[in-house]
Amino acid sequence: MSIWTNIFILGLVLTDFRLLATSRLATVIQTTVFQAFALSAFMLTMADRPWPPLLIFLALLTLMVKGLVLPWLLRRAMRETGAQREIEPIVGYSASVLVGIVLLGLSFLIFIPLKTSVSQESAFLLPAALFTTLTGLMIIISRKNALTQVVGYLVMENGVYAFGAALAVEEPLLVEMGVLLDVFVAVFVMGITVYQISREFDNIDTDRLSELKD
Amino acid sequence: MIMDLMLASLAVLLFGSAVCVFAGGSGKSASLMGAITSVTGAILAMGAAGTILWTGKESSLHVPWQVPFGSFYIAVDPLSAFFIITISLVCALAAIYGTAYMDIYRGKKNLGAAWCFFNLLFASMLLVVLSRNGILFLIAWEGMSLSSFFLVMFEHEKAEVREAGWVYLIAAHVGQACLMFLFILLGGQNASLDFDKFTTPVGAAAALFILALAGFGAKAGFVPMHVWLPDAHPAAPSHVSAVMSGVMIKTGIYGLVRIVLLIGAPAQWWGWTLLIIGAVSGIMGVLFALAQHDIKRLLAYHSVENIGIICMGLGLWLLGVSINNPVLATLGLMGGLLHVLNHALFKSLLFFGAGSVAHASGTRNMDLLGGLLKRMPQTSLTFAIGAAAICGLPPLNGFISEFLIYLGAFGIVAKAGTLGSPAVGGLIAMASLGLIGGLAAACFAKVFGIVFLGEPRSENSARAHEVPRPMLFAMTTLAALCIIIGLAGPLAIKLVTPVARQLIGDANVSETSAMACGILWKISLAGGVLIIIAGVFWGLRSILLARRVNSTGPTWDCGYLAPNNRMQYTASSFAWPVIGMFQWLVRPKLNVRFTKGLFPQHAEISSHTDDIFRRNLFAPIFKLISELAQRIHRLQEGRNQLYVLYIAITILILLLVKVR
Amino acid sequence: MTILSSIIHLFLTLILSPLLIGIINRTKALFAGRKGQPLLQPYYDLIKLMKKGSVYSTTSTWVFRLGPVMGLSAVMISILIVPSGGVGGLLSFSGDFVFMAYALGLTRFVTVIAAMDTGSPFEGMGASREVQFAIIAEVVLLLGLAVLAIGTHEISLSGIYAGLWTKSISPLGPVSVIVAFAFLTVLLTENARIPVDDPNTHLELTMIHEVMVLDHGGVDLAFIQYGASLKLWLFSALLVGIAIPLRTGLPLVDVIVNIIGILAIAVLVGIIESCMARLKLLHVPQMLVVALSVTVAALLWILR
Repeated sequence: MSIWTNIFILGLVLTDFRLLATSRLATVIQTTVFQAFALSAFMLTMADRPWPPLLIFLALLTLMVKGLVLPWLLRRAMRETGAQREIEPIVGYSASVLVGIVLLGLSFLIFIPLKTSVSQESAFLLPAALFTTLTGLMIIISRKNALTQVVGYLVMENGVYAFGAALAVEEPLLVEMGVLLDVFVAVFVMGITVYQISREFDNIDTDRLSELKD
Repeated sequence: MIMDLMLASLAVLLFGSAVCVFAGGSGKSASLMGAITSVTGAILAMGAAGTILWTGKESSLHVPWQVPFGSFYIAVDPLSAFFIITISLVCALAAIYGTAYMDIYRGKKNLGAAWCFFNLLFASMLLVVLSRNGILFLIAWEGMSLSSFFLVMFEHEKAEVREAGWVYLIAAHVGQACLMFLFILLGGQNASLDFDKFTTPVGAAAALFILALAGFGAKAGFVPMHVWLPDAHPAAPSHVSAVMSGVMIKTGIYGLVRIVLLIGAPAQWWGWTLLIIGAVSGIMGVLFALAQHDIKRLLAYHSVENIGIICMGLGLWLLGVSINNPVLATLGLMGGLLHVLNHALFKSLLFFGAGSVAHASGTRNMDLLGGLLKRMPQTSLTFAIGAAAICGLPPLNGFISEFLIYLGAFGIVAKAGTLGSPAVGGLIAMASLGLIGGLAAACFAKVFGIVFLGEPRSENSARAHEVPRPMLFAMTTLAALCIIIGLAGPLAIKLVTPVARQLIGDANVSETSAMACGILWKISLAGGVLIIIAGVFWGLRSILLARRVNSTGPTWDCGYLAPNNRMQYTASSFAWPVIGMFQWLVRPKLNVRFTKGLFPQHAEISSHTDDIFRRNLFAPIFKLISELAQRIHRLQEGRNQLYVLYIAITILILLLVKVR
Repeated sequence: MTILSSIIHLFLTLILSPLLIGIINRTKALFAGRKGQPLLQPYYDLIKLMKKGSVYSTTSTWVFRLGPVMGLSAVMISILIVPSGGVGGLLSFSGDFVFMAYALGLTRFVTVIAAMDTGSPFEGMGASREVQFAIIAEVVLLLGLAVLAIGTHEISLSGIYAGLWTKSISPLGPVSVIVAFAFLTVLLTENARIPVDDPNTHLELTMIHEVMVLDHGGVDLAFIQYGASLKLWLFSALLVGIAIPLRTGLPLVDVIVNIIGILAIAVLVGIIESCMARLKLLHVPQMLVVALSVTVAALLWILR
């Protein structure tokens, strides 16, 4: 079981690096689908067999929302705005990956001294979750396209979700549902906003949008 | 029973505000709903409060709450009851007035929101005087400030209204910050913010008093914290101005009295401070009022003046308590509190009148009005009564409360002997009141004369018409109350005596109260005799004139060939000699453009008076803050990413630090 | 006994006050070398006015008609309060001088708004100047009474004036002279006498009090003139109480002495009017401020 957990955790980390490295929007959205897979999978592998039906339901729900609904929303926004590639980012792609490595190191650094109940299961779980969150933040900070910003937020929420899945042993249901709802609503709203912004200004480059400030 | 009534009142008001939001944005139903709930809430509240004042007891309700340090602790004691009656009376009448006043906005603006905020304002004011817990008090206070802010911003499409609202918001919150400090200091020792668990830390009484003065003074409008008043009160719709000027600033007075009650034995300098602040506010307020030519701004400055008078009464109270002179304390307190009620009555009346004038003629500039008495007879009559009342002329109610303060001041002046004793305090009070009385009479002779008498100075006033009945009803009720209280002074004493008993102590108050009642009976008698004599002379005149030949004709024009209405005195010209005397204080600006050469050309003259506190005290302070803020502004690039970077760095640092 | 004297005093006041104006005019005539009007001329004038009809301006309203009536009534109420020498006023209570001051304020208020009711610029001018002077005069009056109150430890007019001469010459000492001077100034201001205002001028632009009542005629003017003489009597009574050091203890004698004193004040006013010229308008507030400062000096003296 812990082997499978570690595999999925590793997959999570790899998807994060993919996100940092790519410039194509379609790839970015696809990678979030992979992240959804990895998340729901290791949620299942972390729990004891036999899996309670509630857990299965939750995993499937996660998969559906994060793997189907949200990417569909994002792809639709992508189609409406006609964007294909990321505009010149603030931090270049190679530099982003290097920063990602530093962040991974920091995540481990933070969690090594802490002894939590989960560290027995897997020493990589919590650092990976934190790393995912930080990757999300990184994407928000370094990219200019509004859609990518939304994806960054999504990834950040994935990291928080992973935390929740790992630590909330007692009442995972309520926490997870809450986070799920939060993400859904946020991305929904953001998708609409991006569409409206693009319609109004014909542009979703946040650099240009910053010129709206007084 | 009492508490049930109070809770019912609050419930009705909150229900009303919720309903008004949904009752239709611009319909008559919103006005009707809003007014009905206000009046109902007022009646319920007055019933509860009246019972408390009658029996002199107290009634309370204490329900613990989830909020840390907060609890739903409300109580009605005579002090609260007195203010509840004042608040309810004015708000109910303002609601009635408002139904007709807001009609001109029907269809153009969201009336439902306005009525929602009106009911919320009423409810939060009631809650302010009911709360006995710091958190509840602050919530109610904030609710009061916010709902009045939204009401002030009703006509937000005008730039001056927006600026007025902005200044008001800042002033209200600066005051609130002081209040928060105050409550924290008071509740610190017992770690509870319930009023009855407040203890004064040793040696901190002075700081607490200063904080209370700053916090509540900003709301009440003590000089120099009054600068928001002359902008905010004219900007709001007239019935809201009446409520704000008549009762909302009095909640500041209530807070001050309540806190002094909680802090404990006052030092002598507290009384002196209040006296001086009161005298300065009174004189400065009426001087600035004299210089205005916008009616509502003038009335707002008069509120500052009357708050000064109330403050002087309270100063005499504290002085009396600190030197153990219960007569002085009682008279000062009774005078100050009665003036709270009286001012609420006649200031609301005057604001209603000003609102009617603005409604009928479309302008607030007195120099464009005139001759309205013939066109709006009932409004003029009630305004005249309000004007006479605010000047303190007998036999109306303003005289009664000012007389009580005079009596207290003179009493101590006559008894004491030396300089530096409280006699000087009495003298300050007396001289200030005398000066204020003279200035106020000048000002209101000007207002009434320029606006209602003579000939119309412009098309606006020529086209004016009488206002709808609800507005007239509200004004007439208030005028009648002014006359009744003026002629029945002892009844008014009965209203304030329970409060005096609660604040000073039973034995001392009863004797003074009885003495004051005796004197006031004589004054009522004098007032009655005055009216009778006037009646006799009027009868004599009518009889004599009936047998003579009478005729009418134009006013004597000294032989001028072509007199016109613009040759009448204007508001600015009437006040100019007096303002000239006080020029060094008021600093009016005169813009003159004379004709040059031999033949008549265009010439003009206009005057404008800035508030010197706003210009010389607050404007530089805020400019300094603005400049400092500009420097910090550079941190704000406008880029989203930069802000998130700040957040990320902070999170990382926090994590690292915490873990290490 | 004292009540009877008070009633007699009131009666005499009501009858004798127009005589004051007659005395003033006769004094001025004597100084000017003329024979002058009969002493009873003001009475003839009042009767003549009561017989005339009125002309009312089309601009004016009920305010114009109410002004004289209300003004006269307020002055009458004040008369009830003012004591005569040692004899108290009919209506006396603690703090009654405040009522008196404000009743006089009521008179001024209704006169001013009646003046503005005509829509004439001259009357507005007079009203504006009148209120300007009244502001300072009222403070002087109140502070002067405060000095007296401190000196006698009483707070009703009757009490103050009764206490002024009971103990010794005067409990106030030299201060009473200062207060008398201040009261004289207030008298001249409130009654529109030279040096504040010329009651005989016919130029509207130079009038202050006269121009406010310019449009009144007939019965209204009779009320106004009678009220003016009552007001002059009132202020003279206040002044006489300080100036004349005689209290025999017999109320009726006191009343008679008081009245003689008031008539003497009328002569004094006549002399002042003959010997002085009217002050420039800008100097009148200065004169009042001088009166104010000496009153404050008196206060400081008596409080030390």
